[in-house]
Amino acid sequence: MRFAVTKVCASGAKARAGLLQIGSSGVETPALLLSTRKGLPAFMSPDLLSSLPLPDSLLLNVCPTHFIEVPPSKTISNIGGLHRMLGLPDHILVAAAGESTECLPSSDATNKFGASFETPAGRKLVKPSDYMELISCLQPNLWASLADEVPAWVNEKRNKTSVERTLRWLDACIALDAASGRNSLGVVVGGSSIEQRKLCATEVSKRNVSGFWIGGFGLGESVEERCSLLNAVTVRIMFFICKLLLPR
Amino acid sequence: MALRFEVLGRFNRARAARLTLPHFTCQTPLFMPVGTQGSTIKGLTTDQLETIGCQIILGNTYHLELRPGSQLIDDLGGLHKFMNWKRALLTDSGGFQMVSLLHLADITEEGVTFQSPVDGKPMLLTPEESINIQNNIGADIIMALDDVVKTTITGPRIEEAMYRTLRWIDRCIAAHKKPDVQNLFGIVQGGLDPVLRDICVRGLVERNLPGYAIGGLAGGEDKDSFWRVVAQCTAGLPEDKPRYVMGVGYPLDIVVCSALGADMYDCVYPTRTARFGSALVPEGVLKLKQNAMATDERPIDPSCPCMVCKNYTRAYLHCLVTKDPMGSQLLSYHNLSFMARLSRDLHMSILEGRFPEFVRGFLRVQFPKGDVPKWVHNAMEVAGIDISECCTPTNCQHDAMEAAGVDISEFCPPTRCP
Repeated sequence: MRFAVTKVCASGAKARAGLLQIGSSGVETPALLLSTRKGLPAFMSPDLLSSLPLPDSLLLNVCPTHFIEVPPSKTISNIGGLHRMLGLPDHILVAAAGESTECLPSSDATNKFGASFETPAGRKLVKPSDYMELISCLQPNLWASLADEVPAWVNEKRNKTSVERTLRWLDACIALDAASGRNSLGVVVGGSSIEQRKLCATEVSKRNVSGFWIGGFGLGESVEERCSLLNAVTVRIMFFICKLLLPR
Repeated sequence: MALRFEVLGRFNRARAARLTLPHFTCQTPLFMPVGTQGSTIKGLTTDQLETIGCQIILGNTYHLELRPGSQLIDDLGGLHKFMNWKRALLTDSGGFQMVSLLHLADITEEGVTFQSPVDGKPMLLTPEESINIQNNIGADIIMALDDVVKTTITGPRIEEAMYRTLRWIDRCIAAHKKPDVQNLFGIVQGGLDPVLRDICVRGLVERNLPGYAIGGLAGGEDKDSFWRVVAQCTAGLPEDKPRYVMGVGYPLDIVVCSALGADMYDCVYPTRTARFGSALVPEGVLKLKQNAMATDERPIDPSCPCMVCKNYTRAYLHCLVTKDPMGSQLLSYHNLSFMARLSRDLHMSILEGRFPEFVRGFLRVQFPKGDVPKWVHNAMEVAGIDISECCTPTNCQHDAMEAAGVDISEFCPPTRCP
């Protein structure tokens, strides 16, 4: 994976254009990840997907927890991973554990062992080891680490805990990754606290990650809050914005 | 008349033909998938249907008139333009949905009275109104409004329905405003009674219509009655016009009816069974929901060239079916590809003089143990196709003894008698 900023705005503005290169596919950024159900965008089989504009429609957001029960990991590995299983060999598949329609983070049930999600197969607790087993058989191009994403209304203590767990799980995921984090996106959380957001971003950027997944948005914060929180976590390498409900 | 029907090849009663319609030139025998709400096949785009090889699609008059309304469709240039389908369309009369979907449908000489599903008001569908709606929709083939009765009904109602169908065809013909671009097919009724069927066939043939359908079947009658009615009707209908058996969709039934001289078929079966998680394969049906499929890394059918079989394993499809709409979509795609291939195989095997071999091969794969049903034997005998090598020796022996009038039932364990 290679990413290069191709143009920055003048006078200190932060917006930038870039180029994300994965394998033989290159996508200009900013870019939108298409959301999927069990790997395919809703109602779009590969033949229909190929009629969407390229290369932008190559970027898909896949949720490993959609596959938490079936097919078995061994079967997915035998088939050859996500790209082969979905019939999308040239697409750029970016994996993240939670998403806003089929795998909502269930922060009340999350504990020190793992993150809880409301999946199509019921509520599931996903430990870093479970998550990395899925990642290793799915083999997405990029994967976000397992995170404890909490809604904006939790108390300070819970929010602080979510940052601690997210960092601990990031380390666990990297340790379990055969490529030692080479294709990982470290998740930055911190809810509505600017201080926690800054702390988390600083800590994540010390790890061996390829980029950043700014998580915990779309969970009750206001639009105004979001801007200042994003500002606080600006980092130098790359952004992936997760769960923004309104296009900006 | 707005069609041309040219028989290009034959084997006994079976024929391979070219059917030239205003929007498309088709090859028969052919299977027509059924669209429901607004004529879209659930989950598939018109581009996909073209890629699959569909030649004619059924539009559903009842649903189209309800939403968006046939007048609107006409104002916007007809259904082909509205749904962006370049090939051929066929609309049914709306009568079947009346009877099957609505509870208090009452059939009188005037037409079919029913309660509007929208507001419960009494409404009336007459032959004139049905043809008017179908004229607005603009399909290549339109169907006469017939008096349909279930094949499981007996008694004078069947005779009444048959004669009424003949009276209604004249009203349909009179009401038809576009005979130069739309082909009105008559529908043979008469239940399972050969005398009534014969009267109906003669009556319709007298009207010199562009094509004929065999209706009132595929509704629960026993298989022997089914094939006999088809055989009788195909024998009585003109050689040089298409014959359409309505509601027939099991691959086996299509092969048998083609052997008996039918050309066109429609059924919701391939798409409906897809939505329940079943895929059509040469051996029969593959139920993707079964647990064994969760680890099966093969495609649905290794011999199938469709997009689904080229890209997906049974294991992946298993995790989709009945839980994700994509499962229905992908299975519908495959099942329609299967039916399109079956149509092509029937046409080409007749054309190339290898139809009996095709039939034998088909039966061997569907019935590897040789347990071909008796009704198929009987039908193939009439069709003049020798399928004895597709059956187990014991089965054939039994049949031979039966034919010779020798009772060997005491030697034959009940479970093995066909």
